[in-house]
Amino acid sequence: MSAPLAPGAYRSHNPRLERALFVWAPLAFFLIFLVGPFYWMLITALKPDSELYDGSKSPLYVAAPTLDHFIYLFEKTDFVTWVANTMMVATLSTAIALIMGVPAGYALARLRFRGSEFVGTAIFVTYLVPTTLLFIPMVEVMASIGMDDTIWALVIVYPTFLVPFVTWLMSGYFRTIPSDLEDCARIDGLTRLGAMLRIALPLARPGILSAGIFSFTLSWNEFIYALTLVTASAERTIPVGVIVQLTRADFYFWGPLMAGALLGSVPVALVYSFFVDQYASGLTAGAVKG
Amino acid sequence: MGSSTTAGAPDRSTRTVRRSRLSDLVDSERSLGYLLVAPVVLLLLVLVAYPFSVAIGYALSDRTLADPGVFVGLENFVLLWESSIYRQTLRNTFIFTAGSVAIRLVLGVGLALLLNESFRFRRAVRAAILLPWIVPTVLGTMAWLWMFNPNFSVLNYILVQSGLMEHGFNWLTDPDLALFSVLLVNAWRGVPFMAITVLAGLQAIPHDLYDASAIDGAGKFQRFRYVTLPLVMPVLLTALVLSIIWTFSDFGIVYGLTKGGPMNATHVLATLSYQTGLASGNIGEGAAISLTMLPVLLVLIIWQLRRIRRSTVA
Repeated sequence: MSAPLAPGAYRSHNPRLERALFVWAPLAFFLIFLVGPFYWMLITALKPDSELYDGSKSPLYVAAPTLDHFIYLFEKTDFVTWVANTMMVATLSTAIALIMGVPAGYALARLRFRGSEFVGTAIFVTYLVPTTLLFIPMVEVMASIGMDDTIWALVIVYPTFLVPFVTWLMSGYFRTIPSDLEDCARIDGLTRLGAMLRIALPLARPGILSAGIFSFTLSWNEFIYALTLVTASAERTIPVGVIVQLTRADFYFWGPLMAGALLGSVPVALVYSFFVDQYASGLTAGAVKG
Repeated sequence: MGSSTTAGAPDRSTRTVRRSRLSDLVDSERSLGYLLVAPVVLLLLVLVAYPFSVAIGYALSDRTLADPGVFVGLENFVLLWESSIYRQTLRNTFIFTAGSVAIRLVLGVGLALLLNESFRFRRAVRAAILLPWIVPTVLGTMAWLWMFNPNFSVLNYILVQSGLMEHGFNWLTDPDLALFSVLLVNAWRGVPFMAITVLAGLQAIPHDLYDASAIDGAGKFQRFRYVTLPLVMPVLLTALVLSIIWTFSDFGIVYGLTKGGPMNATHVLATLSYQTGLASGNIGEGAAISLTMLPVLLVLIIWQLRRIRRSTVA
C-alpha cells in the first residue's frame, strides 16, 4: 500500500494526499475485500442464466436483471419452510438461553456461594469448547431419546453453546453495574430475588439485548448440528437447506443458491445494522473484560 | 457486600414479621445462588459432559453406524497416527489455523486502527465491514465458491482482463493452492471480529493518556508503542485466543468449499471427523479424530483461564 508513495510526497505534508493514502485507500481495500463477495452474491442472484453462463459477457454487472432465481427458490424448493424452521429454532433457543443464562450470570457476579468459582470456570470452559468436538456423540444421544430427524433436537442442543455464552457475557455485564442500588432496595425491604428482578435486570437491559442478539444470530448461523442432527428436507434450517438442496453432486444452481444465501443473510444483517452499538458494547463488557 | 445473615437477623429476633421458609430460602445468598445456577449446571452435565464421555467411549471402540462395536483400547489413535491421510489433515489444520489467524491479526488490527480515525460515513463503514462475520458462515462461503468457480471465476476474470495473468488460478482444484483458498475465506470471515474487538479496546483508552504522553514529548510511534499497544494487548490476546480456537475447530468453510478435497488437500480435523464418523459411518474412528483436537484446545483454554484470573485479581 505504501508503494506508490513518492519520497517527496511524504515530506510535502499535503493533508489531503496523506488522507487519501492512509485512510481512503486502505479503506477501499477493506471494503472491496470484505463486502465485495456480497455484491457478487447480489448480482448473481439477479442475473438471468443466459448472462450467468456466458463467458463473453462481463460478469461485473447485470444487463437484464430478473427475479427468476428468487421465484425458483420459493416455488421449487422448501425455502419458505427452512425460513420458518430457522426462525423457530433461533427464537426458542435464544429464549431458553436468556431464561437460563441471565439469572446464572447474575448469581456468578453478585452472590457468594460455595462452588461458584468452580461453576464459573466450568461454564467458561464449555463456552470455549467447539461444537465440532461433540457432534458425533450428540447425534447418537439425540437419537437415543427419540429426537432424531426433528427440528426440536436443535432447540434442545443449541442452548448447550448459547447458555454458557450468555452466562459468561452477563456475569461480565452485571459486574460493570454498581451494586449500591440493589443494596438500597434490600434495606427498603426487597428480597434478594426481588432486588435482582426489579433493580438489576432492568439496569442490565442493554447487556441482555446484546446477549439475545448474539444468541439469535449464533443459532441462525449454526451449521454442523443442523447438518448432522436433521436430515429430512422439511426439517432443515436455511444454511443447510440452501447448501444441500441447491447443490446436487457436482451441479450447482448458482442463481437460486445466491438468492437463497442473500435472503438467508438479510435478517441477521438487519438485526446487526440496528444494534451495531450494542454489539460493540456487549463485546467490551463480556468478551473483552472476561 | 454484606453477608446475608445480618440482613435477615433483626426480622427473626423480633418475630414481628413472619416469613415463610420459602422466602427465607430465596433470600439467602447461598441458596438463591444455587437455585439460579442449578439449571445451567444440569444442562451442561446432561448435554455437554455426558456426550463428551460418550465420545470418549466411542473413540475407544470400533463402533460403526451398523454395529455397536467393542472396546479396542487406543487402537483408533494408533491407526490414525499411522494413517497418511490423518497426518496430512493434522498438517493442513495447523497451516490453515496459522495462516488464517496471521491474516486476521494483520488485517484486523489494521482495520481497527483505521476505524479509530474519524472520517465521513464511519458508522456505515463499520456496519458494512461486519457483514462477513454476522452472515451465516456457509452462506457467505457460497459466494466465494462461486468466485472460485473453475469456469466463471470473477477473480480470474479480473486477473486476466487486467493483464496480470494469462489464465487465472485453479483456486480450489489445484491441491497446492486449495488450502490457501480455504484459509483465505476463513480469514475473510474472521477479520471483522478481530477489528471490532480491537476497536472496542482502542476506544476504551482514556484520551488523557495520549495528551499526557504528548506533553512528555512522545512522538506518534512512541505513543503507539507505549500507550496504545500495552493497553490494547489484553483485548487483542483474548480475540486472538478465540480466533485460534474457532479456526482450529472450523468445519463450515472447508465443508462448503471443498469437503476436504482435492485428494484430502484441504481436510481439517473437523471435516475428516465428519467424513469418517458420519458420512462413512466409522463412528469410533470419527470420534477419535475429533478428540485429537483436545490437547491444543486445552492448552489454549487453560492459558486463557489463567489470563482472566490474573486480570480479575489485579
